[in-house]
This record gives sequence, structure tokens and C-alpha cells, in this order.
Amino acid sequence: MTIRLRIAGLLAALLSISVLALFSASKVRAAGEGKITGTIKLDGTPPHQRPIDMSKEPTCQQQHAGHPITTENVVVGPNNAIQYAAVYITEGLAGAAGSTVPSQTPTFDQKGCQYIPHVMALDVNQHFKVVNSDQTSHNIHPTPKPGGPNHEWNKSQPPGAPPFDVFWTAEEAIPVKCNIHPWMHGYMVVVKGPYGVSDNNGSYTIENVPPGNYTLTAWQETYGTQTQKVTVGSGKPATADFTFKAK
Amino acid sequence: MGRIFAVTILVIAIGSAIPILRHTWWMPQDISTHGAPIDEQMSETMAEAGICFLASQILLAAFIWKFSNPKPDSKIKTFPGGASGLVIAAFLLVGTEVLALGAFGAKAWAKIYFTPAAANALPVQAQAGQFAFYFRYPGPDGKFGPIHPDMVSEANQNFYGIDINNDQDAKDDIVTAEMAIPVNREVNLLMHSKDVGHSFFVPELRVQQDFVPGLDVAIHFTATKIGRYEIVCTQLCGLGHYNMKAYLSVMSQQDYDDWLKKEAALQ
Repeated sequence: MTIRLRIAGLLAALLSISVLALFSASKVRAAGEGKITGTIKLDGTPPHQRPIDMSKEPTCQQQHAGHPITTENVVVGPNNAIQYAAVYITEGLAGAAGSTVPSQTPTFDQKGCQYIPHVMALDVNQHFKVVNSDQTSHNIHPTPKPGGPNHEWNKSQPPGAPPFDVFWTAEEAIPVKCNIHPWMHGYMVVVKGPYGVSDNNGSYTIENVPPGNYTLTAWQETYGTQTQKVTVGSGKPATADFTFKAK
Repeated sequence: MGRIFAVTILVIAIGSAIPILRHTWWMPQDISTHGAPIDEQMSETMAEAGICFLASQILLAAFIWKFSNPKPDSKIKTFPGGASGLVIAAFLLVGTEVLALGAFGAKAWAKIYFTPAAANALPVQAQAGQFAFYFRYPGPDGKFGPIHPDMVSEANQNFYGIDINNDQDAKDDIVTAEMAIPVNREVNLLMHSKDVGHSFFVPELRVQQDFVPGLDVAIHFTATKIGRYEIVCTQLCGLGHYNMKAYLSVMSQQDYDDWLKKEAALQ
């Protein structure tokens, strides 16, 4: 046998092994996969959201011409649906599902002098990117609780600067601000395990939940948290709706 | 070689005096009632310092020209010694000049800063914080609500930490990102800083006043020309200092009333 043939054989063997491995892995996952869906609603009248005056930063102001931006403490969509509520599992996660860190790296963008998304959920130790899409400098200033396991940082990012690659090491809802544009405000909600964030219809989906009994927590920046018990069956998605009461 | 140096000094001195004499980079048009003595003081300082500067440069050039090729046997005089009379005269001349500028300048300064604002002056609060200005108007009751530092929140846009639900005086307070004032009306600006030292500078208004952390600083002025002017921070206050600015709109009384109504509706 020539060396070339030997290498080809080796490669073919490797390839078939990896294909097999991939197939079996996805099969295992499909069998155990469950998900939790639901909607977040508000009971009552949402609080007044103040319009934001961005005249200090004309390049951002122009982007919002005609549709002024307001604060985002409570963002309500059609039928009193609450957007930007984070939902995650606080009890019942065991083994791999609780400790695997997702490989996706979400992006926390600064666009039009706003944080996009306003609320970003993350797993502990999950990397994410901070991007500046504006033509002005921002400083990203997350303010976790002083003395806690997460540490406050404050970094400046001029236009065109490369993204920051960062992560948090402990569970916490961390407020983020920009000192150059004091109206900018957002949250990084760091949780353990899978999570979802409600969209403008108030719906959320938590993927990759193995069958089991769980305590589910919904977090909203103004109204705090709510919990609910939920059972995920094999191949059967569970539903959990939350309603926050307006203060 | 020495003579080339002398000529170079002369050319640089005269060249740098020309734009100043021609007012090429002079301050923008004055839109305040108190600005005239400040401008006068500025012109005087520039003229006197300019004359001293030119005279000394010309003298320097003349000496270099004259003594650039010394004879091998000439003696070099050292101080104290031959030139002491000249040095003492220069000391006295420059000293008197600086003292006189200070004395007249202090008078102009005191006339603006050491007088109280008129009783009917419009009160406006200016708050500086890294890295933006915010302004507060007392509303129809003429009273500012108390400040609660623990209530300061970016999320609610409550930059002053006012409690509109519980403080009667705060209910009608109006907080804005831009400053507007009526033309020809005295404004009593009450300044405080949220964090470090900042400065409130409007070149057209001839007002430049530092915010001092822990102090309430008041300054009063009257704007005489309608327009939109830039308010900049001129005290290095951190990484965002270069971008710390706001706008001052000088409006007719009618426009100002409308503006205030519009801002009140947005609170």
C-alpha cells in the first residue's frame, strides 16, 4: 500500500467516525429535547415612558427622526404583552443541562445611542460581543452590585473599534449604562442554564430543556420576578404564562 | 549664522502678531449685557502683553544681530554686575503691568460676579455629571423640589433624583437636556455637580464658570440675541470630556413659553 492510499483510508475512517458521532449526538438530543414557551402580559396600565432628548448627539438624533425614543422600563406590545422580560430556570436543572455553556456569542449592540437588545440574557460564562455601530464613541459601563461576584467595568469604544469579547461569571441582572449618553440604559441578565427573552408579542421560548419538573422565573426590570412550577414531558413542550401587575 | 537667527526671530514675532492684530481668531460676537467690560479687559491684556512680547523679541533680535560676531578679546559681563540696572527696571515695568491688569480685571470681574441677581431673574438649575449637562426649571410654583441622590436613575431619566410623587415642589419641575432662555431677561443659573469638577462655558455669552463638587455656585446673565449656542465643558473631567456639551437656545418670550409647555408635557 502506498502512503497516499494509507492517508486516504485514514481520512475516510475519520470522516465516517465523525459523521456517526454527529448522528448519534443529534439523536440523543432529539430524544431528550423539550422546550418551554409562553407569554408575558401586563395587568393594568403601563407606566408613562419619558421621551428621550438626544440633541447632544446629532448623529443619533437623526436616526430617530419622526419616531422619538422613550425610556424602556416597561415596553408593552399589542394586547398588553410585555417585551424584554427574561425567563429562566431557577430549580430542577441537573447535570449537563445546567452546566453546559452555549457556544453562541450574542451581540450587545450600541445603535442610535440605544442598547440593542435592551435586555440580553446570558448563561454564566457565556461569551458575548459588545459592538459599536454608531459614529460616536460610547463607554460601556455595566454596574453589578458592589462587593458581589461580578465586577464593575467601564470601557470606552470609539466608532469602528473592534468588538469586545466578554462574559460574566455569576448570576445577576446587571444594569448597563453609557456615561457619555446618560439616557442609554440596558440590562445583561446572567442566569444558569437555558433562557428566553420575550419579544414584542410577549412570547418567549426556552429551548433545550430535558424532561423534568422545574421552577421557572420571569424577570422584568420594573416589576421584579415571578416564579411558576412547570413540567416538561418527553417531546412535549410545556407552557407557562406570566402576568405582572402594574404598580 | 547669528544674523539669520535674529531675522528668523523677527519674522516669527511679527508673523504671530498679525492674526492677533487683525482679530482673525477673536472671540465670537458678544450676546450678553455684561460682556463689554470683559472684552475690553481681554483687548487690553492682549495689547499690553502683545507690546511687551514684540518689544522683547525685537530687542532680542537686535542684540543677537549686534553681538553675533564678538571680537575674540571682548569680555562677557555676568549678573549681578553691569546689566543690573536694566534688569531691575524690567522687573518693575513688567511687575507694575501685571499688577495693574490684575487690579482692573478684578474690578470688571467683581462687577459681574459679586453682584446679586435681580429679584425677578429667571431661576434655572444646571447639573453637570460625567458626561452631560441637564437643566431644571421650577415650573409655575417657582420652587425646585428637593434632590434625593438615591433616586437618581438613568433608567427613568431621573437625572436630578426628584420625587414627583411625594414632593409637592417637585411635581411641576421640568428637567431638560437642552437649555432655553428668553431673550433680554436676566437668568439666575444655579449650578451643581453630580460628581467631579466641570465647567459651564458659552463663549458668545462671555460666561465661563466652574462647577465645584459640593458647592452650589450661582451666576447671572442676560442674553440679548436670539439663537442657538453651544455649552461646553472646559474642565477636563474624564474620558468623555471632549463630548460633554449641550445647547443653549435664546428665544423670544413667546417661543420660550411654548418650549417650556412642550417640555412640561414630556416629563
